[in-house]
Amino acid sequence: MSAPPDTVAPVRRAGSERPGRPRRSRSARLRYAGIVAFFLLPSAIPLALFTLVPMAGSLWVSLHEWDLITPMTWAGLGNYAELLADPATRAAFLHTVAFIAGYLPLVYAGGLGLAVLLNRAMPARDLFRAVYFLPVITSWVVVALMWKWLLNPRSGVVNWLLGVFGIEGPGWWTDPAWAMPSVILASAWKDLGFVMVIMLAGLQAIPREYLDAARVDGAGALARFRYVTLPLLSPSTFFVIVISLINGFQVFDQVHVMTGGGPGGATQVVVEQVYDLTFRYGRAGDASALSWLLFAVVLVVTLAQVRAQRRWVTYG
Amino acid sequence: MARNLRAAVALLAAAALLAAGCAKGSATRDDAGGGGGGKVTLRYFTFSAAPDHVKDLDQIVAAFEKENPRVDVRVETAPFEEYFTKLQTSLAGGTAPDTFELNYENFVTYAGGKALLDLGPVAAADKGYDPAAYQPSSLAAFRHQGRQFALPASFSTVVLFYNKDLFEKAGVPLPTADWTWEDEMDAARRLTDRKNKVYGDFQPVQFHEFYKTLSQAGGRFLAEDGRTPAFNGPEGVRAAEWLVGKVGKVMPTEAEIGGTADYDTNLFKSGKLAMWHNGIWQFAGLADAPFEWDVVVEPGDRTKASAVFHNAVAASARTGHPKEAWAWARFLTASKVAADVRIRSSWELPPVADRSLLAGYLKEPRPPGRQAVFDSLKSIALPPVIAKQQEMQDAVTEELGNAAAGRKSVKAALDDAARKVAGLL
Repeated sequence: MSAPPDTVAPVRRAGSERPGRPRRSRSARLRYAGIVAFFLLPSAIPLALFTLVPMAGSLWVSLHEWDLITPMTWAGLGNYAELLADPATRAAFLHTVAFIAGYLPLVYAGGLGLAVLLNRAMPARDLFRAVYFLPVITSWVVVALMWKWLLNPRSGVVNWLLGVFGIEGPGWWTDPAWAMPSVILASAWKDLGFVMVIMLAGLQAIPREYLDAARVDGAGALARFRYVTLPLLSPSTFFVIVISLINGFQVFDQVHVMTGGGPGGATQVVVEQVYDLTFRYGRAGDASALSWLLFAVVLVVTLAQVRAQRRWVTYG
Repeated sequence: MARNLRAAVALLAAAALLAAGCAKGSATRDDAGGGGGGKVTLRYFTFSAAPDHVKDLDQIVAAFEKENPRVDVRVETAPFEEYFTKLQTSLAGGTAPDTFELNYENFVTYAGGKALLDLGPVAAADKGYDPAAYQPSSLAAFRHQGRQFALPASFSTVVLFYNKDLFEKAGVPLPTADWTWEDEMDAARRLTDRKNKVYGDFQPVQFHEFYKTLSQAGGRFLAEDGRTPAFNGPEGVRAAEWLVGKVGKVMPTEAEIGGTADYDTNLFKSGKLAMWHNGIWQFAGLADAPFEWDVVVEPGDRTKASAVFHNAVAASARTGHPKEAWAWARFLTASKVAADVRIRSSWELPPVADRSLLAGYLKEPRPPGRQAVFDSLKSIALPPVIAKQQEMQDAVTEELGNAAAGRKSVKAALDDAARKVAGLL
């Protein structure tokens, strides 16, 4: 009787055994793997059911024509070709990039500024930190509706305040030129707290000695921030940029509630387009294909960042 | 080993729980323990009942259940803006209601798919069914490729509502059936009082108003062949200018409306709107308005043309209860009870052949000029219907919006809309 080939254990090279880890019998190792697998199940099952399976499903749908009513018909890569030729696709990506271009600098600078402020000793500091974090955990629908009211051109608080100073406020989300800035403003406001928390953690990980040494060397506050703090924050910055870019590409809730892609299509971002294609126009195949185009773009952008980070991110 | 076994059992149990949780609800649900003699639960999904007519629909349901004690009709409602999204999604997910409402514009899309039950066989099996109970043109509107896929349930028209008190206060003569656009604009100007935030007129700048005013101006939306847009000619420009020209002068701008839901309804109800283009389904909601109001046939231009909205009841192709679905659809659309309830509550009109059933409509006191509803039917404009209906409507509405906000000239906006629509045909 020959033993079945060992497919579970990795190939073991001489001397690759980690020190301090007792050698186990094969059955013990198998049982260990089983226990590990069991504890992974609570996250693995939902991930498979609610992320991987729908992803595979949308890939399948993207290769078909489907209006949600009639049975699907095979379309091959037709949907992708159609989307790439459609000026609406390019417009949606351009609007998304415009959103990111406004949102990312604003949320990063704002979050960093808040973090620096709230890293000092000051009264009620914890309260401030909590307050700035509150929007992060608030539902997007609530935040978007609130900003819609604040920025109401006729009866909103913002234009009223501007009026007090003699400035005639813009049409905000009713004006195509101002609709995207309105969405960006609301988005940056909501995510400020998230960036603040990450940057605060980054700030607190900077050893005091470095800053003290710089001070002894005669560096002023600005120089210390520019040459010590910022470089040492680069891992946090990297994390914030990666996450914010992915979120930026997927921007939807605030757009859907505040402008619905309007006025005149001025805020029609990619995911809003995916929504319209599916639920307004009954083009689920095109919508799924567009989702995969977005996925490809996000993947490429993220990989490029991971590659580029070697050049500017310093660890420790 | 015992521990492994226990783990495996736990795992299985967890998987079973998840599977149970994820199993999608069946299209139709029989009550628990419903064997041969059990009750059948029949779901009905509607947009026209909420919010003003839920109780009226309940009356029809109660009468139906009395006649059909085995059937329990469960009503589900959604506002019109969300209705078709929900219906589509439930069809795609296999949880579609047994019976549901459809409007004329969307009927073709659904009938062309395989979503609707062909009512022919169930109708043939029903000895009590008489197609002559319906107005022939209404019945024909919901036939597709020679098959009846829905029963006409109701129709409604758009008329000109006006606040009599505002007219009298301003000393402006009341609208009559022979008014033209010029008369309306003249009155609207005199009635607009910006200081007191009173507006003279409100006519939404969108697809439905446009295809109708285009018809009033003597134009047509699509060319005879049905394959090329024809709405950007001189009549189209005239119609669009008529709509767009009101904005900011006798009617609030988009920025002033500020995306407020039911803005125009509330404006009229608060007595700050003199004239309002809207559907007769608003009658019930205005019953308690604290001022005198009435309706007339909409003013015309070259000719009169009124918009007609037509709703029908269809059954899902996947319903488990085709016979009951048919019985309910028939009752809801052709029974005397249903017709009476619709008339008495000033809901929409039943498309029944027996005109005497409609007589009661004119006896209701408010508004006094409700004869206009029937007069408006003498010259109607039906919406153009294409397979990509929603995309066409959105394209036209968006470009009209651009013109209304002054971002484009009317002609340029119509040309752009025509280009988009041509791509959809």
